[in-house]
Amino acid sequence: MTTRWFGAPVQRVEDDRLLRGHGRFTDDIGEGALECCFVRSPYAHARIRSIDTSAAREMPGVVAVYTAADLPFGGLDLPLLIPHPNLTHGRTQRCLASEIVRYAGEAVAFVVAADRYAAEDAAELVAVDYDPLPVVVTPEAGARADHLVHDDVPGNVAAEMLQEVGDVDAAMRSAPRRKQLRFRYERGAASPMEGRAVWARWSAAEHKLTVYDSTQSPTSIRGGLAVLFGLPESNVEVIAPDVGGGFGPKIMLFYPDELLVPFAAMQLGRPVKWTEDRQEHFTAVNQERGQVHEVEVGFDDSGRVLALSDDFVHDGGAYTPYGIILPIITAGQVPGPYRIPNYRVRFRDVYTNATPTSPYRGAGRPHACFVMERSLDFIASELGLDRAEVRRRNLIQADQFPYDVGVAWQDGNTVVYDSGDYPRLLERALEMLGPKPPGDHVGMGLGIYVEGTGVGPYEGAHVQVLVSGKVVAATGIPSQGQAHATVWAQVVADELGVDVKDVVVSSGDTRRFSWGVGTFASRGAVTAGNAMHVAARMVATKAKQIAAEQLEANPDDLELVGGRVRVKGSTDRGIPLAAVAVLSNPVRYAFGGGTEAATQFASKPRSGPPLHGGEEPGLEATGYYSPPGSTWASGCHAAYVRVDPRTFRLEILKYVVVHDCGRVINPLVLQGQIEGGVAQGIGGAFYERLAYDADGQLRNASFMEFLIPYATEIPPIEIDHFETPSPLNPLGVKGAGEAGVIPVGAVIASAIEEALGIPIAEMPLSPLKLFELSMLKR
Amino acid sequence: MKVNGIEYPSPGASRRLLSDHLRHDLGLTGTHVGCEHGVCGCCTVLLDGAPVRSCLMLAVQAEGHDVMTIEGLAGDGQALHPVQQAFHECHGLQCGFCTPGFVMSVVGLLAQHPNPNVQEIDEGIAGNLCRCTGYASIRRAVKRAAELSPSPLRAEGRGEGGT
Amino acid sequence: MKPAPFEYHAPAGVDDVCSLLGSLEDAKILAGGQSLIPLLNFRLARPQHLVDINRIANLDRIYERDGGVAVQALARQAAVEDSELVARICPLLSAALGFVAHRVIRNRGTVCGSLAHADAASELPAVLLALGGNVVVRSSRGERTIPAGELFAGVFETTLAPDEVMVEAWFPALGEPFAILEESRRHGDFALAGVVRAGSRLALFGVAPTPVLADPSDPASGLQPSGDLEATPEFRIHLVRVLTERAFAA
Repeated sequence: MTTRWFGAPVQRVEDDRLLRGHGRFTDDIGEGALECCFVRSPYAHARIRSIDTSAAREMPGVVAVYTAADLPFGGLDLPLLIPHPNLTHGRTQRCLASEIVRYAGEAVAFVVAADRYAAEDAAELVAVDYDPLPVVVTPEAGARADHLVHDDVPGNVAAEMLQEVGDVDAAMRSAPRRKQLRFRYERGAASPMEGRAVWARWSAAEHKLTVYDSTQSPTSIRGGLAVLFGLPESNVEVIAPDVGGGFGPKIMLFYPDELLVPFAAMQLGRPVKWTEDRQEHFTAVNQERGQVHEVEVGFDDSGRVLALSDDFVHDGGAYTPYGIILPIITAGQVPGPYRIPNYRVRFRDVYTNATPTSPYRGAGRPHACFVMERSLDFIASELGLDRAEVRRRNLIQADQFPYDVGVAWQDGNTVVYDSGDYPRLLERALEMLGPKPPGDHVGMGLGIYVEGTGVGPYEGAHVQVLVSGKVVAATGIPSQGQAHATVWAQVVADELGVDVKDVVVSSGDTRRFSWGVGTFASRGAVTAGNAMHVAARMVATKAKQIAAEQLEANPDDLELVGGRVRVKGSTDRGIPLAAVAVLSNPVRYAFGGGTEAATQFASKPRSGPPLHGGEEPGLEATGYYSPPGSTWASGCHAAYVRVDPRTFRLEILKYVVVHDCGRVINPLVLQGQIEGGVAQGIGGAFYERLAYDADGQLRNASFMEFLIPYATEIPPIEIDHFETPSPLNPLGVKGAGEAGVIPVGAVIASAIEEALGIPIAEMPLSPLKLFELSMLKR
Repeated sequence: MKVNGIEYPSPGASRRLLSDHLRHDLGLTGTHVGCEHGVCGCCTVLLDGAPVRSCLMLAVQAEGHDVMTIEGLAGDGQALHPVQQAFHECHGLQCGFCTPGFVMSVVGLLAQHPNPNVQEIDEGIAGNLCRCTGYASIRRAVKRAAELSPSPLRAEGRGEGGT
Repeated sequence: MKPAPFEYHAPAGVDDVCSLLGSLEDAKILAGGQSLIPLLNFRLARPQHLVDINRIANLDRIYERDGGVAVQALARQAAVEDSELVARICPLLSAALGFVAHRVIRNRGTVCGSLAHADAASELPAVLLALGGNVVVRSSRGERTIPAGELFAGVFETTLAPDEVMVEAWFPALGEPFAILEESRRHGDFALAGVVRAGSRLALFGVAPTPVLADPSDPASGLQPSGDLEATPEFRIHLVRVLTERAFAA
């Protein structure tokens, strides 16, 4: 019997050690490492007059204090990761600021000491003389250019981009109805439970740098460090060990510490570690979500959208290290699952004196979904139509795929939806939601979304059958909790006909696999998953070829089942995979495992040299997968909420999700992704807001004031899945990591609007915000 | 101080937090540090049988007391503790960073409410932040742990001084 | 986020605490530490001396006295929450403890510590005030009782002298209807505004520098709450009115 692992709710193989406290996160690695602390700017914008580190250097326990002047790369701008022709004024920070700081929290000096206590004591003694400069904080202020963040960037505009499909002006002119709307999203934060951390060791004897980094992209870190320090890549090892959640900001690179910790380790000849604390995480780690949209929508009396124009400002923060991916995604995803025949979108990515922005789970999509769904709710209300009916009349139909939206996508192509069935999502969600609960001040919310997932350029995998018959597999992208070790094992086990427990997966360790991009953009399953599939299939093919010689059979007549290669359907004509692994290497040094089983076949002589032309030793293969375009997942969320009309306390009575991410590898893991995403969405809709004051100070840089929901704030979520396979990849999968979070703001806004009868055009909400809106209404 | 049944010498500097002492002096890195101001719950350990925040205690304060960390819940090679087993079965963890704190809190919750109702579960795990799971699977794990736990709860979760 | 250096003292008795407090400059008492240690970790508090009272034996009793319940300095909030005596004599106190942070915090936090910390947004000072309880404080100069109405002096400020330590809080029995209602952002958070009803008495918290008594028929009279990220003064006054109405509707 063949067991198919793909699609089964396999319990996770990574759990045991994590549950026993034997996980290995970056800060768990000690080895006598020195510890570090940054001196960070308390000002959002200031000129640095002087930095005096003398008192700090004299503190007991202090080993080194670095400023920009002490670094060979102190004058280099950090890399701009993803350049774009429209990013005409890209700017990145320096590792340590020495002239101007542009956000509160920007790194100015770096203290290395015996432990973090001593490092913090010394950091307090670094005297930096600042001359404060005027600040711009909100996207509106940035766009008005009240002040300049960079002297040489006119109007604070880093990038501007205009795209149009159809003829918006003409369609708008002829539309029976038109409405201008303004939508606003404030900044939020990913806030993984583990902050960032870097540990590094330099081996002078081996001329080798080893770095542990809580990054989402160890391969990129390795490449960058090798260039910076003039080392061959083979002399740099970067490992993302267990990573305590990522959600986006850990894909950003390079953060200053990612250079400073390895540098200090090389300078000082001792392991060095920096572990971020929660307070600095709030200002030093990239943020997202700040956007302001000016929308005009033209529609007819049946509720069909005829034209949509969106002009939005993206709050880029003080620098653009991650390019303009975020506003590009927003611009590409505003139309969502709807046919918008005439669509124009312009954005300006503007500098502000706040922490830089880069993707946080959802990455430009929650705002895009908010714009579209709020606009449709407005149309429904204006026409007195049911909100679901307005959506039905605008949805792309199941027979319209592939569907080209016609605007740019983050991979350089245009947005082309590969497959889906959006009307079915809506109908199923409504069915699950059921009738409205009784009572006053109950509102229904609805949101449908698409998500471009699985962007390239590529990922790779190495799969090897050991002579024990066990399988090891490796890919370059790390896991931050997405169960890579389990789901890749499922993919590989199916191809090799082995038990999932016999496949041990390594991910995010350049010693095991040194090529690849990273874990972001809901791309792991599509890119690395298919690479695993490709590599495992290559191994299976090789196993059949080797076994075919021994079994005197045609390789095409063989199959891999139950840890054996056998003639299809035969119970006796087969050979253990372990033995094939032994046979794959002409040198028989192995003992145990499959060796004995292989010997009976060793009498079959081969002509020619032990390795024929083109043959490689070992039952192993390296495979790559490069997607031709993004796969587009989709879903529909619906909810009932009750809002206390006097205290404005929110109660989510029911929340349903219908989700389609193509073929599902592991429903248990997928459910966890969706549930976790929705919870983050609820946090972002009603609890979490980064509150900057007029001076650019973050006023809620702690978990006491930045309100991540506890269990008491998160309702049960009911989930159903459809599987519309992607035609673009062999596994038929699409990404799922960000899906849960995308429409939640739109859904909660819609529901609260109905519950209280007040128009909602901004995110996040709070009891205070609702109180103020209800006062306005009076 | 006794940690997981083993007597350890006094911690050094009086300002050293119990969380740092456990992790960096004793090498018990299963206790995690997520906020150092008592909100996230990642650092939760049992002090004389009751869950407390190890980032909100000085190490010197634990002298003369029994501390149990996640590593003490099930010995190497032994079966998982019912709470750990339940988290595994119910997919109650993703990145695993908050997990030791949750497990220790749930051990305390089940000692207080061996068969917790929905509200007791929510209030019992409120106080620990998880950014991955959305708590749904953790709720399921608590229910499952209550089923798996012999009644009264296994002695491992309770120190000598537990009240 | 590591504490700045301090000198640590762990006296074995209340008399030792008193003599330390009488002789040391800039000393802070460490009881449950659930408010103090975060402040130390943020380096927002950096006392020269920390006097840890947790080593003192027999200072954790919860007992009946003078028609009420006395809670000693080291009685943990969780123990008070679970106390059948408290539930019988002063169920308002039991109910209020359910609002104080989370169980894991209450396992370590103390009732007297909450009162001495005097956070105006916390529940227990308002409960003591609504009930008309008092606290017993001691120093080398002797012992005195401070009525709740005279205990709270300002933001995080009590009328205890620097050399005094709170050894006990006394909550009178209450046979009349009671209620504690608050609005907080998340379960266990400090209140944006809260009300405690003890019979016909009403105390408010989170809306003034200290907990305050108020007239149930006009609870917001004279209130001038401050504003912050989660509540403006107007919203706080609004909430006080709504919560008072609900507390007395039952």
